[in-house]
Amino acid sequence: MAKLDVNIGALQLKNPVMTASGTFGYGLEFQDFVELSEIGGIIVKGTTLKPREGNDYPRMAETPQGMLNCVGLQNKGVDYFCEHIYPQLLPTGGNYIVNVSGSSPEDYAECAARVDALANIPAIELNISCPNVRDGGMAFGVTCAGASSVVKAVRQAYHKTLIVKLSPNVTDITEIARAVEAEGADSVSLINTLMGMAVDIEKRKKTLSIGTGGLSGPCVKPVALRMVHQVAKSVKIPVIGLGGISSAKDAIEFLMCGATAIEIGTANFLDPAITIKVRDGINEWLDKHNIADIHEIIGAIQ
Amino acid sequence: MKKYILDLEVKSVERVHERYVLIRLTDDKPLPEMLPGQFVEVRVDGSSSTFLRRPISINFVDYVSNELWLLVACVGDGTRRLAELQPGDTLNCVLPLGNGFSTQSDGSNGDEKGTLHRVLLTGGGVGVAPLLYLGKVLKEQGVAPTFLLGARSAKDLLMLSEFEKYGRVLVTTEDGSMGEKGFVTNHSVLQQESFDLIQVCGPTPMMKAVARYAHEKGIACEVSLENLMACGLGACLCCVEKVRKESTEASNEVPQTTNVCVCKEGPVFNINRLLWQN
Repeated sequence: MAKLDVNIGALQLKNPVMTASGTFGYGLEFQDFVELSEIGGIIVKGTTLKPREGNDYPRMAETPQGMLNCVGLQNKGVDYFCEHIYPQLLPTGGNYIVNVSGSSPEDYAECAARVDALANIPAIELNISCPNVRDGGMAFGVTCAGASSVVKAVRQAYHKTLIVKLSPNVTDITEIARAVEAEGADSVSLINTLMGMAVDIEKRKKTLSIGTGGLSGPCVKPVALRMVHQVAKSVKIPVIGLGGISSAKDAIEFLMCGATAIEIGTANFLDPAITIKVRDGINEWLDKHNIADIHEIIGAIQ
Repeated sequence: MKKYILDLEVKSVERVHERYVLIRLTDDKPLPEMLPGQFVEVRVDGSSSTFLRRPISINFVDYVSNELWLLVACVGDGTRRLAELQPGDTLNCVLPLGNGFSTQSDGSNGDEKGTLHRVLLTGGGVGVAPLLYLGKVLKEQGVAPTFLLGARSAKDLLMLSEFEKYGRVLVTTEDGSMGEKGFVTNHSVLQQESFDLIQVCGPTPMMKAVARYAHEKGIACEVSLENLMACGLGACLCCVEKVRKESTEASNEVPQTTNVCVCKEGPVFNINRLLWQN
């Protein structure tokens, strides 16, 4: 049994496997398939200050080795989360992290402050990269000034580990990463979905209700891997890698390219027990190669 | 209800129609409890264009022979691949998912709560699939249902002899080649008899027509929706349907409709919750 625990700032993970926001609900939906306390970290659905209904149906289109979604941050708001969902999470023993989104720096900060008050939530992931909402979301994540403004506001209101989730829909993702690092982010996670589109040729219409959506799944993995490698070289804070990870091999690729931890997203839909399989697979691989500590492979590929 | 990921064994694949196959699955262990109207997310192996699992409604469960039946319409590459399964192959299934049809009265029709008397199960196309298991469960509870099955033509009616085991079977065909000519909503039984619950699964225009009829007559009605899904577990929020908020969750500040997951809060909905009348 290799040593699998890693730290993201002050956030301790018993293994580097986390779940990507929006793909694992609140974990409760997966309790029949996996022991939630065994997962390194569970990042819950994007949470906003006020409830959001999200976009209209249809919100999903299947693509070769992936899918597009335009859910649009449907959630019942941070107060509902604190009062009704958080108490349900406590007995699971899960290491929960809240994904926070907003439409202004003040929104983000207020939402983060309310999550700060929850004793058993050790970190938040700031979503400045949602491609599916008009008011905010990715708008902040595609410029250094926008990203800085949100992180600056949140950093003042939030005192635990602050992870910032980056958009790949930019010219140079390393610039954004450095900008949020300068404002005090403890970590960056990447990549959020790539903006894409699907059409129905029979109807001569766009498939998704808002026309575009975020692409995820194995098809984005090479893009994600390249960006994680680039960002890991250009910031000092730990990087969390995600984008199409579906196996232990995929996860190890990201770790070797400089990710301290990884998130599993769309693969949860194909195999609801994938998180634990990836953790076990990483451990087996390390044992097979006589590697005692996962840190020996993190960033191994220059 | 506990959910499982199971590698079920294919016992047989029978082509029941040019477009439909009946897949009978079994397992070494007793199959878990499943309710009529629930569904299974099956993994399709060997189809490069099929990325996501495919939601397939539970056609029938026989706990004596330990069989789960799936009636599959071959519409794309993924479902065509399912039709090519051979006895002895395994099919990876996540089950049981969703809520299922009511098999007891909710008391809203003035009946004693829990009792149903006259139940009409109606559907068309591959939509008839869940009605078979529903009919069996209702019959076991002492309520032999009436099946009203619609199709384009006699050759498109599926599994009639199976339905006959659990209740009276009435038929409509669009070309009049069997039963009464027309759509299910044109069938004379709707004028001649009264029902206290109608349960529907079929193409959306058909379900809407039946729902309109039930609404006008004040008959309780449930429909099974088929929105496009990814996870099947209520996690991804892709398959949403806009519904009326239940009174308990209504508040003055927010709109009285809300998006709910068809995979988790459905696929079966009472028509009163849907916005179809608009």
